[in-house]
Amino acid sequence: MGVGDPLGMACSHALAAGMGGMRTAGDLVARMQMTRGMRLEQAKTYVAERLGVNVLDLCDPLVMHDVRRELGLGLIPVQELTYPSEPGAIEAKFHIAEVLDVPINCVQMFNDHVAPRANARSVGAATTRPEVPA
Amino acid sequence: MESSVATRLADGALVHMTPSEIRADLEEGSAVGAKKAKAPPLEPGELECLLEIFASNAKFTAVDVGDELILSCDGSGNADVGTRIDELYSYQSHLGADLIELWNSDYSYKAIKAILSFETQIMKNAQLNLVAPLQYGAMPNLGSYSQPDGPVPNWSVLLPLGRFDEARAAQEEAVEHAVRDMVFVAEGMIDAGADGMDFDTSGAAGDADFLATLLAVEEIRRRHPDVGIELGMASEFVLGMHGELEFHGKRLAGLWPRDQVKVAAEAGVTMFGPAVNVNTTKSVAWNVARSLAIVKPCVQESPIPVHMNAGMGVGGVPMTAYPPADAVSRMARAMREVGRLDGL
Repeated sequence: MGVGDPLGMACSHALAAGMGGMRTAGDLVARMQMTRGMRLEQAKTYVAERLGVNVLDLCDPLVMHDVRRELGLGLIPVQELTYPSEPGAIEAKFHIAEVLDVPINCVQMFNDHVAPRANARSVGAATTRPEVPA
Repeated sequence: MESSVATRLADGALVHMTPSEIRADLEEGSAVGAKKAKAPPLEPGELECLLEIFASNAKFTAVDVGDELILSCDGSGNADVGTRIDELYSYQSHLGADLIELWNSDYSYKAIKAILSFETQIMKNAQLNLVAPLQYGAMPNLGSYSQPDGPVPNWSVLLPLGRFDEARAAQEEAVEHAVRDMVFVAEGMIDAGADGMDFDTSGAAGDADFLATLLAVEEIRRRHPDVGIELGMASEFVLGMHGELEFHGKRLAGLWPRDQVKVAAEAGVTMFGPAVNVNTTKSVAWNVARSLAIVKPCVQESPIPVHMNAGMGVGGVPMTAYPPADAVSRMARAMREVGRLDGL
């Protein structure tokens, strides 16, 4: 609460005490706190178990980069290290919901909006393309 | 002769104090906070830990590796970088925020109700492009429902005239308006994909303001069992502007954080933010010790995560537009190492 106040204060808090958000597993632990009301240690333990890592690994950006990439939990794109073939934001949240076994509202809304006509759309462009004669 | 170290007053001013002077401030701040909140003062080991944090000339300090906490960045962004979604991106990708918040400069649910469709569209677009959990936040701001800004008689005018019954009736009517608006906005935001709602600086207008928030939270929780709900306080105790209001049989006026968190959890809150105001004439060390003495029982007895308000002017962070990193980092470390907070 309040660390988002303006003029750079969030930087100080993030470096002094923050888990690191998407650089690590901070966003995942935050989800368990806000959705399930888990205390910090409980949330960290839960996320570590679901990811198959140690609690200490949760704040290690090197370990978590590999874990996030392997499980498709979302990565921060940078110029030298882009991920065009990795899941985008909303796609990553589908994976987060599955890995953490926690409902994510926008994922459910996305499903609700897409599902009614999903079967009709299962014949996509690639499968309707005429076969190339041998 | 003791050498002095550079430290801060809670207005941000740089001063020099000896370790003995800092120790005295820590002990006094702890005692003052404990007396106010009817809680035990900090233990000797905790004061030693605080002295180690504050009796240092280091520009920056931090928690141990592996002991980090969660940052729920309410009010994410300065409104000075591109669009609001750009700022959310910045908080997620550059500042390491664990939980981010979409907000409007008119930070009141009453005002948001009138522009809800615009706000929900931004929430929907943001949810498609962000990974970090994203909540929507604003203030209950019960005062905005009183005349001349709102529909009900102004209790701040009625109270000095001794018209207590009318003042109480006005607040009770305002509660009904505020609950309706908060639930209305929450419905729109949850429909647009919000991960949660933040009721920030609740209790700012006293016990009726706090009651309105609790009633809104209870209704939102009844409708949406899985949505995140964060409730942050405006100050350290609930002002009794009404004086007789109760939530589930608990009188709200005069509640301190250890009891505030219990009624909040009972209503359905998943993250609670206690607020302790600073005394700008005292040192940051004094204010941090006082804050910790007040919130320690809250953290120990809470069934839900406790995210201390750590913005400017609360929790020991100096009340200045540019809170110095040396002071902010000391406050953050102290809150985790001594206070065992779940987040800030």
